[in-house]
Amino acid sequence: MAHIKLNNEELPGIRGLLDFRPETAKPLLALAETLLRGPSGLTSGEREIIAASVSYWNQCHFCHTSHAAAAAAHLQTGLNLIDDIKAGLPNTPVSDKLRALLNVAHQVQKGGKNVTDEDIAAAREAGATDQEIHDTVLIAAAFCMFNRYVDGLGTWAPQPNEAYKEMGERMAFVGYGK
Amino acid sequence: MPHINLSNDYPGIRSLFVYRPETAKPLNGLVQVLLHDPHPTLSAGERELIATYVSNLNTCYYCTNIHGAIARHQLGNDAGTVKQVLADANTAPISNKLKSLLKIAAKVQSGGKNVTEDDVMTARAEGATDIEIHDTVLIAAAFCMYNRYVDGLATWQPHNDELYDKMGEQRAREGYGTPPVKVSEMELTQTT
Repeated sequence: MAHIKLNNEELPGIRGLLDFRPETAKPLLALAETLLRGPSGLTSGEREIIAASVSYWNQCHFCHTSHAAAAAAHLQTGLNLIDDIKAGLPNTPVSDKLRALLNVAHQVQKGGKNVTDEDIAAAREAGATDQEIHDTVLIAAAFCMFNRYVDGLGTWAPQPNEAYKEMGERMAFVGYGK
Repeated sequence: MPHINLSNDYPGIRSLFVYRPETAKPLNGLVQVLLHDPHPTLSAGERELIATYVSNLNTCYYCTNIHGAIARHQLGNDAGTVKQVLADANTAPISNKLKSLLKIAAKVQSGGKNVTEDDVMTARAEGATDIEIHDTVLIAAAFCMYNRYVDGLATWQPHNDELYDKMGEQRAREGYGTPPVKVSEMELTQTT
């Protein structure tokens, strides 16, 4: 049970919190929509992989599984992608650029100052633009917020990967806050 | 030097807002609701103290100093309270309720799962409402984002108290949505 009395206890993860406090839900949803579905050099599938990976490193089951399911919907990979992200994507064809950006995201997850000149140079070497580096850092930072929000208030989350299939498709193709 | 070419001379998060207006909009909208808009029970000064406290735990120089300055202006130019909260929140001249909320904020900073039922019960016993607990968790979480954004891109974070005081005074008065003043156009006695 969540740490606070939600209006609708049936809504899992962040959804119960967005429903509890519409004033903060509005900018939070606008941020997710812009970061994951707005214009960017990175595809939505790539950005959802970054979001899901950071959420996994933060051990946030709801955010990891739902965003990995959204990535699977964008990339048409099937739900195996959810577990493949946990393992560091051994079975998914991923560009060197995305791997270098995932390294930057991992440094941000540990702490902003952990990002080194070498991490950035490696991402540039693999073809990342300044705006793609910017978007990666902000997505990683934003999921350090979303994950803490969801877990810090003790929300519940469905366990099996299959429970996130439709949610992921809605996140991918309908969007956030729509 | 910032990790990417931002093509502007604003400090901290302001340089990133100018660089990428698309993401600036919801980021500014969030901080405005969390810290500046009217709140049923927590004052803007109390909310700014939570933001300052978490930014200090994350060792983000820019965020700690700008929100510390905003908190000071929101608290009637009381610099002592901000300093004491950062030095030792337990002995600072703030309510027991705010102390218990800062304890929750510190748990969120170290990881969402670290918040325990006991932490929440203690805050409730000091009179904290569900909305106050919710907003404390979200402010703490949001500053784990803003701090990483500002430090992760290695933005310019001048060490100049006067600069933060002027910027803080503007934000306390106007909120977060108005355009920033260029550092070169500020009347500063200390050079940056």
